[in-house]
Amino acid sequence: MRYSYYPGCTLKTTATVLDESALKSAEALGIELAEQDEWQCCGAVFPLSTDEIASYLSSVRSLAATAEAGEKLVTLCAACHHVIKRANHVMKTNEEVRDKANNYLELEEYYSGQGEVIHYLEMLRDDFGFEKLAEKVKQPLEGRKVAAYYGCLLLRPGKVMEFDNAEDPSIMEDFIEALGAEAVDYPYRTECCGVYLSVNNEDIATGMVEKIVNSALRHGAEAIINACPLCHYNLIELQDKNADGEPVLPVYYFTELLQEALGLTEKVEDKASG
Amino acid sequence: MLKVKTENLRSNILKDIAEISGENVADCYQCGKCTSACPVNQAMDILPHQVLRLLQLGMVDEILESKTIWICASCFTCAGRCPRDVDLANVMEGLRLTLLRQRDASRIKAEDMPEILSKGMPEQGVVSGFRKYVK
Amino acid sequence: MKRIGVFVCKCGTNIAGTVDVEAVVEAAKKMPGVVHAAEYTYMCSEIGQTMIQDAIESEKLDRIVVSACSPRLHEPTFRKAAEAAGLNPYLVEIANIREHCSWVHKDEEEATKKAIAMARTAVAKAARSRELEPSEISVEDRALVVGAGIAGIQAALDIADAGYEVDLVEKSSTIGGRMAQLDKTFPTLDCSACILTPKMVDAASHPNINLITYSEVENVDGYVGNFEVTIRKKARYVDMEKCTGCGICYEKCPSKVDNDFDEGLAQRKAIYVPFPQAVPNKPVIDRPNCRWFEKGKCAVCQKVCPTEAVDFEMEDEIVEQKYGAIVVATGFDLLKLDDFGEFSYGKHPDIITSLEFERLINASGPSGGKLVRPSNQEVPENVVFIQCVGSRDKSRGKPYCSKICCMYTAKHAILIKEKYPDTQAYVFYIDVRTGGKEFEEFHRRAVENYDATYLRGIVGKVFPDGDKLLVHGVDSLSGRTVEIEADMVVLATAMTAREDAGAVSRLMGVSCDSHDFMTEAHAKLRPVETHSAGIFLAGACLGPKDIPETVAQASGAAAKAIGIISKETLLSDPCVSEVDESTCTGCMNCINVCPYKAISEKTLEEKVHGKVVRRLVAEINEVLCQGCGACTVACRPGAMNLRGFSNDQILAEVDAVCL
Repeated sequence: MRYSYYPGCTLKTTATVLDESALKSAEALGIELAEQDEWQCCGAVFPLSTDEIASYLSSVRSLAATAEAGEKLVTLCAACHHVIKRANHVMKTNEEVRDKANNYLELEEYYSGQGEVIHYLEMLRDDFGFEKLAEKVKQPLEGRKVAAYYGCLLLRPGKVMEFDNAEDPSIMEDFIEALGAEAVDYPYRTECCGVYLSVNNEDIATGMVEKIVNSALRHGAEAIINACPLCHYNLIELQDKNADGEPVLPVYYFTELLQEALGLTEKVEDKASG
Repeated sequence: MLKVKTENLRSNILKDIAEISGENVADCYQCGKCTSACPVNQAMDILPHQVLRLLQLGMVDEILESKTIWICASCFTCAGRCPRDVDLANVMEGLRLTLLRQRDASRIKAEDMPEILSKGMPEQGVVSGFRKYVK
Repeated sequence: MKRIGVFVCKCGTNIAGTVDVEAVVEAAKKMPGVVHAAEYTYMCSEIGQTMIQDAIESEKLDRIVVSACSPRLHEPTFRKAAEAAGLNPYLVEIANIREHCSWVHKDEEEATKKAIAMARTAVAKAARSRELEPSEISVEDRALVVGAGIAGIQAALDIADAGYEVDLVEKSSTIGGRMAQLDKTFPTLDCSACILTPKMVDAASHPNINLITYSEVENVDGYVGNFEVTIRKKARYVDMEKCTGCGICYEKCPSKVDNDFDEGLAQRKAIYVPFPQAVPNKPVIDRPNCRWFEKGKCAVCQKVCPTEAVDFEMEDEIVEQKYGAIVVATGFDLLKLDDFGEFSYGKHPDIITSLEFERLINASGPSGGKLVRPSNQEVPENVVFIQCVGSRDKSRGKPYCSKICCMYTAKHAILIKEKYPDTQAYVFYIDVRTGGKEFEEFHRRAVENYDATYLRGIVGKVFPDGDKLLVHGVDSLSGRTVEIEADMVVLATAMTAREDAGAVSRLMGVSCDSHDFMTEAHAKLRPVETHSAGIFLAGACLGPKDIPETVAQASGAAAKAIGIISKETLLSDPCVSEVDESTCTGCMNCINVCPYKAISEKTLEEKVHGKVVRRLVAEINEVLCQGCGACTVACRPGAMNLRGFSNDQILAEVDAVCL
């Protein structure tokens, strides 16, 4: 199965580990992720004002290209997914914005939401199937207690993102179990990590990270996985460190575990991530 | 004492905020769930539901001078739980933009960026910062 | 030559404020067939009616046109007035120059022109009206009540006391409904079972009431006075005649199943009686969970039964019965909380709904009436109640207010304090709604005498944290965010229609709204009737309400039902379809479009050139026909006509407007 792939700027710079592990895993699963020929930075935040259209035109371009290619567009970074998905929603539902965007971009074919963007996890759940994924696992992560951290951008706003039940999701836990590990449920897995505040209000963000990490630890987690380079950075940076200067609770991208379970790398804790 | 003036209820700035955010604050029935849901409510001076209440009474100035709108982490939890479908995240952004769109009002300076990047902040964070806090 | 009288009403200023009524009268005088035209301020008044009657007599009028308000309001009035003056009531035409004219237009000149056109149209139609006579329908003097909660029981008792036979059908194996699940009722704090069970016993022992439990209505055909209902009596696998209700069978049964009656907090056996005071107090076997039916092993109940009442060979029984009137009282359910994950319902056993709380404090409940945490069986120190879970929520829940939750939560707070003085109740609310008799005083007692702490603000999320439940909320009145370490969280969950309510509505032929609550004929003035004649509604199947309202509606519905079955005959509306058999080609297209199954095939035998020819034509059952007119449109040769709205009348109306 072939998909168009949108990596986003961070996956090509700071978070190459997320990009590489995802692509290698896809290859092992027989999935082709073809990076789009032309893509621009999505802008990282979806403009919440009704009058800032230019900010998401790069998303519209990528969506138009994917529609033209007749392929679904796969994203990995939670922020890119959030921005492109919401941009697509606006293009489908707001006629005024749709007309303005199309006029400005002078696309060959009028874009009104024909393109579809899905997250890598949705691709695994809906197109590939977690049951099939479990069959492909070569190194089941037996006995490993892994907590999922969703963050904000994949889930909310629930009615637009439609990623999973926004208050009680299970897609990441199902993913963890498919890899043979034990998914740890804890009440802070959908709470915001506060990274937007880490520049000007570090103490507030630190408190938010502590709540998440401590809750996961209290429920027996040995590692925590996520899909957002910013959450990833924040959870590591603002966490309590042990005597070796390492975060008390190891933080990985979900694709790092996937890689390991598919037998493509050694145990993920043996090489520090970040 | 809050002097409630009818002209405040119909002010242009309220109309602008309503237009930028796309939300009708009259829909809010002050249940407080947004405040309860907000993960950073402890650090705010005006609570989220109070922001909406002040808007309902036309008292924008107090909100614009608050810490609250800059503490808001844009996590969208409030919007998802509101029983009246009022997207408070959009309203907060509308309030921030009202200030940012004035001259020299940026909350992040370009000269601070190299230090932030050197700490390992992913590009996603830097771009977000510029998109959200610099106009 | 027709002698038509036109009467134009001013309706105070409702019509006269926009329409020049005198001008309409003057114009009417010139219309073809009109020999008399007059106006009056309130034509529906006695004076107005007398004016019409006098004119009928003095001017020898043979057709009446009344230009006034909607026929929905006063067509019966004017028909009766005409009839009293000796004129067939179906020779009266109404032109609605209020709802269709003066109330929707502002330009006086245009509105007057339109009113004149409408009068001309009505005159053209009236000129072609024929006398019509209603037919008489026989009436079965037996009533059906569907649902045997307090609403159904009350309705059945009232109908039975009036001297009529009633069949009371109930889906579960016992009557009693939701009220049997409750502990105490507000505002009197009467024990629910204590006030309910006497009525249950009355219903069971009343000579005119026939209890049909563990049964469902499968089909309803027919019409008011003559409903033909099919009821499926599900196999109980216990012979009701032989069973004495001794209970040995369910004592010995090895299978355990979550008990719906206890909202899943406790278990029952596969052969069971839902609660101790059940009526009838005889068990049924829950087939999917019975080892004998599943695996062919066990049958312990059969072995121990002293009267050999257990019969695995029993089959469902189909009963067909005729009724004159039906009362639907099928009750309510609670909203599923799948979309409200922030309250962590299902993530911790101590987070429960109000109905589950009711079972916990009920002496016949899973903990014998002791308020204990399901997690560790200890008495909770802090109980947090969250109001409006799923109610008043247009985003993920139901937009309406569920009405009873403010009161029952106050009740819960009072009941906790009475038995457990050291336990503290916290209530998070948006508003407190106490609109009934003594309700406000009851709520204030909870706050002032029973130490309930009310916080105005709704909880954002409940975080289960080890042994405690961390409740994050806000007290908006003091402007402070709050966190409470609770031992138990009770969610006042929205009242909804039952899951099968939509299907039941369609089965009964009543309409329901977007929330699957059944709709009454008029929200203000006809709260227990439906638009289907002979079918009445009572209780929570209409919408959220408390017990006093439910009982009042039940008696109201019973009165309406009695109003029908007490009559020997009913008059049917004569405005029904008729077939011109000479033009009917027998294509039967009409049968496909008739929503009331009122058309059937008839074989005519005719002599043509000395030979007997048989051909098919359509035949209308005039009592089933509701006069919708669909067949007149579907009829290709134009053989169908609707009395009172015939094809030539309608074409005359069109001509009157256009030419």
